[in-house]
Amino acid sequence: MTVHQRDWQAFVTPGEDGAVHMDLAVDGITCAACMGEIERGLKRLPGIRTARVNLTSQRLAVDWSQDQTGADEIVAELERLGYKAHPFDPASQKERQDKTGKQLLRCLAVAGFAGMNIMLLSVSVWSGNATDITPETRDFFHWLSALIAMPTVAYAGRPFFRSAFNALAAGRLNMDVPIVIGVTLAVALSVVQTIQHQHHAYFESAVMLLFFLLVGRYLDHNMRGRTRSFAENIAALKAEVAARIHPDGAVREVPLSKIAAGDLVLVSGGERVPVDGVVETGVSEIDQSLVTGESVLAPVAPGQRVYAGTLNGAGALQVRVQAASGATLLDEVNRLLEAASQAKSKYVRIADRAARLYAPLVHGAAALTFLGWLLAGLDWQPALIISISVLIITCPCALGLAVPAVQVVASGQLFRCGVLLNSGDAIERLSDIDTILFDKTGTLTLTEPDLCSSIDPDDETLVLAGRLALASRHPLSAALVKVTGALQPLPNVSETSGAGLETTVAGQRLRLGSPLFCEASVDEIEATLEANPGASLLAIRFGAEPARLLAFRQRLRPDARAVIDQLKARGYALEILSGDTRPAVADCAAALDIAQWQSGMKPAQKIARLEELQASGRKVLMVGDGLNDAPALAGAHVSLSPVSAVHLSQAAADAVFLGDKLQPVADALRLSKRARAAIEQNLWISVVYNIVAVPIAVAGFVTPLMAAAAMSASSLAVTANALKLRWGAGDRNSGTEAPGVSQQQAAE
Amino acid sequence: MDVLIYLIPIALLLGALGLGAFLWSLKSGQYDDLEGAKWRILDDDDLPGK
Repeated sequence: MTVHQRDWQAFVTPGEDGAVHMDLAVDGITCAACMGEIERGLKRLPGIRTARVNLTSQRLAVDWSQDQTGADEIVAELERLGYKAHPFDPASQKERQDKTGKQLLRCLAVAGFAGMNIMLLSVSVWSGNATDITPETRDFFHWLSALIAMPTVAYAGRPFFRSAFNALAAGRLNMDVPIVIGVTLAVALSVVQTIQHQHHAYFESAVMLLFFLLVGRYLDHNMRGRTRSFAENIAALKAEVAARIHPDGAVREVPLSKIAAGDLVLVSGGERVPVDGVVETGVSEIDQSLVTGESVLAPVAPGQRVYAGTLNGAGALQVRVQAASGATLLDEVNRLLEAASQAKSKYVRIADRAARLYAPLVHGAAALTFLGWLLAGLDWQPALIISISVLIITCPCALGLAVPAVQVVASGQLFRCGVLLNSGDAIERLSDIDTILFDKTGTLTLTEPDLCSSIDPDDETLVLAGRLALASRHPLSAALVKVTGALQPLPNVSETSGAGLETTVAGQRLRLGSPLFCEASVDEIEATLEANPGASLLAIRFGAEPARLLAFRQRLRPDARAVIDQLKARGYALEILSGDTRPAVADCAAALDIAQWQSGMKPAQKIARLEELQASGRKVLMVGDGLNDAPALAGAHVSLSPVSAVHLSQAAADAVFLGDKLQPVADALRLSKRARAAIEQNLWISVVYNIVAVPIAVAGFVTPLMAAAAMSASSLAVTANALKLRWGAGDRNSGTEAPGVSQQQAAE
Repeated sequence: MDVLIYLIPIALLLGALGLGAFLWSLKSGQYDDLEGAKWRILDDDDLPGK
């Protein structure tokens, strides 16, 4: 497809003795057969050492010796096998191996092993205490437990120690602070008890607590990792590369991270402009809908500015990359984005809010218990033991699992509906929403233009025009090809850059292109535009016939009206904020029956409207895709972005939805409500557990056995409650597709 | 009950072996592709004469 060569050196990482390594995102791997086919096919090439497909992440890792095969041959072979592949930019993929996840899993394994062994020893001591264990055996068991528990806590507790330390250093309290205090005190107290030959030690409580908490952390991490890797694949398949023109005239495709200001970049017809810059040579039309929201194509000529994310029409452009002077659109958007994200980081997650209430309460209760027993005439040591048992039994084990367990189950459900979460707490925020702001172009509508009127399939002129359109990569031509279903291109096509195509059929001249190129009358143009507000026009002129005008416009998403009705019925206030022209937005709002709409909005105006709504106490969900939406996406209480959105918007949004339908937006809102309810139930379960357990602990009746049993029971209760979300969720998931299918569409 | 002095360390050692095996399998990347691994057992390319 691309004529110029890709600079493969930028994509491979060198290995040992002449071998190189490359990671690729491969689209269309759905089953084991694909996996075998790809691996076998690649191994037939000379010099391939290993080729391994990862079916979970839909990625391919290849190692080969560079002197025998080129990376381009590998991609060509994959293409021949029917798979679209794109290498990852090594710079954007520092975290190839998921280090945090592996560390958590190692900690989890160590805590699990230690927990089981200590439990074995503790159960023996408990039953021995009830019967006839000798003090020597009990001490031996306690010392063994201490030997296992101390290194375990030091190793497996590191994620918590680090997080608690960071929080305290920043002058905050988070969940990890009571956890760390509880675990450390439990171990320290148990060692003291062991030295004093006491009957009880609390090693198993400390280690089991760590184990349960690590389970929660690992689940939480995995959820985010899955979304991230999926998003990375999509980004790689979208080919975030630029064709750099070297001073010697050679054109090489390099990752965007390697492009510097002052480079000259080639943008072929039909490609996205990868950078902000000024056109040096070439004439074309640019689809700016992702940047401004405007759906009409804008002509560009040398000296004019083009923005990253816009879609080039037919002509090839050479673009000089501009320095980040602070005046580009991207910079302005970035500045707004930064300010807006700061506002959002003020949101306090439910878990931390709970911890903020909980931590002082627990520590206060423990301190009061200590003082109370001292005043009641108990010695300081037994009083301390009782107060520490209060700390241990109230250690927020269930609280640590309450939120991640629900988030994991809910994100799995959302994934099935085609919604990928960027941040875990987006679920909580989604459930608060009462107002939804939609962008129009690319969000309510699809990004590709579509013919406004239906066509007659036997119309000779149209069929010929469709075949002529095959010669161009202009978006409107592509739409015409799609409508007419043309397959055979016409011969001898000549192209006038930025104007149209021309050829001769049966001795008569056939022209396809801009209305002016086909000499359409001004009256006719105006009449067509009036009938189809906001449309782009394509004209056909065949021989002596008058020019015919075809109006193209981005079509609404197929289920847009149904979803809008659904959302209205559930009582959300809806509003359209679009950068497009007034008639186009009015038409769209009428079709969807949305009363509140505004057109011609600049990024700053979108933010202003958003802030106005939020100042009046509304919780706003922003749904948008363009660069012009990015600041609003970052500033909104919560935001969604379609997968066709520009990279920046996807990064700014809390979640990304896949496919051509709008239904995932409604599904996300519905699921988030259920998830929120489950989170709250879980927190109540933890509270009730504490209300029951704390008085017993304060009274000094808690034995280690009770603590262990109560802790496990509360953890199981919250996990089971979270799993409840999974049942009965399938009933209203209408019209969603498998994410794999949508990913394929998105990559095209 | 003196036999416990031998038995418990032996039990712990066996358990630690299991933990070591798990950590090794984690390090050697056996958990990187849980989806693909279940299909690979059906792949009989490694059989001779095929």
